[in-house]
Amino acid sequence: MAHMGAHAHSHDEHHDLESMRLMGFWIFLITDCILFGTLFATYIVLHGNTAGGPTASELFEMPGVIAETFILLTSSFTSGLAVLSMNQGNRKGLIGWLVVTALLGASFIALELTEFVKLVHEGATISTSGFLSGFYVLVGTHGLHVSLGLVWMTALMIQLGRRGITNVTRRKVNVISLYWHFLDVVWIFVFTIVYLMGVM
Amino acid sequence: MAQHSAHDSHGGHDQGAHGSLKSYLTGFVLSLVLTVIPLLVVLNDWLEGTPAMVVLLGSAVLQFVVQLLFFMHLREEGKPRYNLMTLLLGIFILVLIVGGSIWIMTYNQVAH
Amino acid sequence: MLDQIKEFASGFFVTGDPLIYGADVAIAMTMIAVVSVLTYFKKWTWLWREWLTTVDHKRIGIMYVIASLLMLFRGGVDALLMRLQLAVPNNDFLTPEHYNAIFTTHGVIMILFMAMPLMFGLFNLVVPLQIGARDVAFPFLNSLSFWLFFFGAMLFNVSFVIGGSPDAGWLSYPPLSGKAFSPGVGQDFYIWGIQISGIGSLATGINFVVTILKMRAPGMKLFKMPMFTWSVLSSSLTILLAFPILTVTIALLFIDRYFGAHFFTLDGGGNPMMYINLIWMWGHPEVYIVVLPAFGIFSEIVATFSRKRLFGYASMVFALMSIAVFSFTTWAHHFFTMGSGADVNAFFAITTMAIAIPTGVKVFNWLFTMYRGRISFPTPMMWTMGFIPCFIVGGMTGVMLSVAPADFQFHNSYFLIAHFHQVLIGGVAFGYFAGLYYWWPKVFGFKLNEKIGKWAFWLWNIGFYVCFMPQYALGLMGMTRRMSTYGWDRGWWELNLTSTIGGFLMGIGFLFQVWQILHSIKFMEKDTTGDPWDARTLEWSIPSPAPHYNFATIPVVDSKDAWWEEKQRLVQGEAPKPKPPLEPIHMPKNSGIPFIMGFCWFVAGFGLVFDWLWMAIPGLLGVAGCMLAHSFNYNTDYYIPVDEIKATEAAARRSV
Repeated sequence: MAHMGAHAHSHDEHHDLESMRLMGFWIFLITDCILFGTLFATYIVLHGNTAGGPTASELFEMPGVIAETFILLTSSFTSGLAVLSMNQGNRKGLIGWLVVTALLGASFIALELTEFVKLVHEGATISTSGFLSGFYVLVGTHGLHVSLGLVWMTALMIQLGRRGITNVTRRKVNVISLYWHFLDVVWIFVFTIVYLMGVM
Repeated sequence: MAQHSAHDSHGGHDQGAHGSLKSYLTGFVLSLVLTVIPLLVVLNDWLEGTPAMVVLLGSAVLQFVVQLLFFMHLREEGKPRYNLMTLLLGIFILVLIVGGSIWIMTYNQVAH
Repeated sequence: MLDQIKEFASGFFVTGDPLIYGADVAIAMTMIAVVSVLTYFKKWTWLWREWLTTVDHKRIGIMYVIASLLMLFRGGVDALLMRLQLAVPNNDFLTPEHYNAIFTTHGVIMILFMAMPLMFGLFNLVVPLQIGARDVAFPFLNSLSFWLFFFGAMLFNVSFVIGGSPDAGWLSYPPLSGKAFSPGVGQDFYIWGIQISGIGSLATGINFVVTILKMRAPGMKLFKMPMFTWSVLSSSLTILLAFPILTVTIALLFIDRYFGAHFFTLDGGGNPMMYINLIWMWGHPEVYIVVLPAFGIFSEIVATFSRKRLFGYASMVFALMSIAVFSFTTWAHHFFTMGSGADVNAFFAITTMAIAIPTGVKVFNWLFTMYRGRISFPTPMMWTMGFIPCFIVGGMTGVMLSVAPADFQFHNSYFLIAHFHQVLIGGVAFGYFAGLYYWWPKVFGFKLNEKIGKWAFWLWNIGFYVCFMPQYALGLMGMTRRMSTYGWDRGWWELNLTSTIGGFLMGIGFLFQVWQILHSIKFMEKDTTGDPWDARTLEWSIPSPAPHYNFATIPVVDSKDAWWEEKQRLVQGEAPKPKPPLEPIHMPKNSGIPFIMGFCWFVAGFGLVFDWLWMAIPGLLGVAGCMLAHSFNYNTDYYIPVDEIKATEAAARRSV
């Protein structure tokens, strides 16, 4: 009896512990909002300081950026589908959609790196001007977040393969999908403030 | 080490962020529309100056709201809505520091 | 080969100053002593098992307190060296370069490596006990926070003997802190020391917000929380909104220095004033982060020693929370002289004056709590009494500084120095001392000697006024901060000498506190009641020191001063509440990962300071490895069986 009681109690506790962790992550995302906000403020203040170097409208090429935007948007959707599969108890579907999300994320990073390499070859480096310093660090910080997300997602897929859908892995999937939606939101603001307003 | 606190214990409301295929699809379509609108405005030079800024930033903010509601399940949070409260506080401070920095620093463009 | 080594060593180690050679010897001897004591008493495994890998909030709290008191010693020695240099005109006790390094490390250490960890120590020691919880929300993360702080602080302190200290002021304004004007490694130590410990602070902020919102005992609604817990909530919310700004600002300074970017440089379209804008967006909330918990501590102490419920609970909560939010609206008052124009300066002058209002509300609440109370004056209450007038004067001079046109006169003068020391020593340091004295018996199970404590109190207080009151006058007489010496013709020396005497009185006060602790350990006056002050909140309802699971059964709360009300009921002859039967307690397992990860950050930081990628990359890989190892580890908790709880409780009762 005592053992069973303890077991039922512990199940409940684990559940609450996981919801607490999800809340902790939500609060972490809010701190990350402030982090990006500070970078945006810096970029906006410095964006006119081109120091004789190239300006935004001279540099940015929209086709690549538009492709990046739609790829990331779609990956935000597919990460949602992964959560949906998980809630239906469909482990294969969950891992499948996570793979799709990760591949879309990887192609986003590939496109972004291509853009950076091209810019550097045109002589627009981080030390060219205050504007470009702000640009590379803002966009690069977002890219770094996406890359870390990819590593993390891979680790999670391995854990899902080993352990299946448990309270703990369920929380981890919820957390990473929140993270991924958050990165999409940040990108929307990068797209609007850096690129669209840059070429306007 | 974990225990329920008195009024937070409606059994893991945050944990079961469920959503449905329909809400994800709605969110996706709305996001696509809200991305295409500013894109068309900029690429076709439909608007300039302040009106363009308003449309661009407005679409971005709306898309943020769409993602919060349809993807991040902010609507489904049980009471007390700590997540919503911390988010609102965070956004308030965010607007304050970004807006404040721009306001202060526009007076100090010493080095171009 | 030998010459190469010699050449490397002469650049690597700081050389040429007898003071530093003396310090080198002292550090080496201390380290040898620590290692030999641990080895002789075979305490290495004990150290690892019981302390370095612990996730128990009480032990982490104790480690924070010890580390911060050591840092208080170092920061204090820095202060006394500065006061010695300024005691007489044309003094050449310290060179100007050495003086620059010392005022920089004094500021950084006192704020970031003394006040912050002492505050986190008190958070850890008190909050879970006060809200009836068994630990914080994320014990692993809590341990990680501590080790990030610890190794960050060590990295910063290493610069004293290796490579050279930073010397561009505690906030390291560019362009002086940029590569062009500070080519040495001192600034890089500054950047990485603060960056690494800053990540830890941010994590602690998240941890305590979730702990307070989600782990309160049943029945403890938000508006029934003890006031210290409220102050921790407001301070933690401020941490998590302010610290990301610091992370970015310091990272951008690093990118400027390392990758040649142009954020804050004078050329290439950079704007140094942007750094000053950003760093104060963090820096102003930061001073409220450290002072808000002090307000919470005073509220607990005033209520306890007046034998009365805290006056104006709701207004106190409102004041704490509004200060937390409005601390983000005043930052530009630190650079009124930048010349942002009348609009900006007027706005920030008004917000700065406005934030004094909730602070004033609190002072009245404390006074009204004491009104008609049965007041007693043990040391925690004495520090509170010392605080109130000191903080009021400091606050008043703050309002003077907030008047933008007048600030053009006060800016960066000794008037400012006197002002912020008055709020930081009179508010923060006095507050944390009061908190340490108050909760010491709960943490260690014995009381501190009151007689020596009162000597320490009076030395600190008298020393404080003797030290800082002359500085207001010196500021108005034209003495600016950070000047390493001055001539006889200035007419400043009498006041400076007085100030130095006051500084040394505070130093003697610190020695009395050390003596007080050692004396109390020797003639241990055990706290057998668990409630030596006849206090009001839940932490006093359990034995001192608390068992490692804190509460054998989780208390149920139905009023603000839960423990006080329960005691009143018992006095009136009501039967104690029936306790629910014991159940196995779910506890987190100890983990070595936080310590190892902190060490990896130290290695990475050291490598980045010297631009040694062969060292930095393995360090960063180690950090990533630790994170993955933690992610793949599912074996993180265990249960304490009922029998063991019974045995522990019985032992605690025996000692009672």
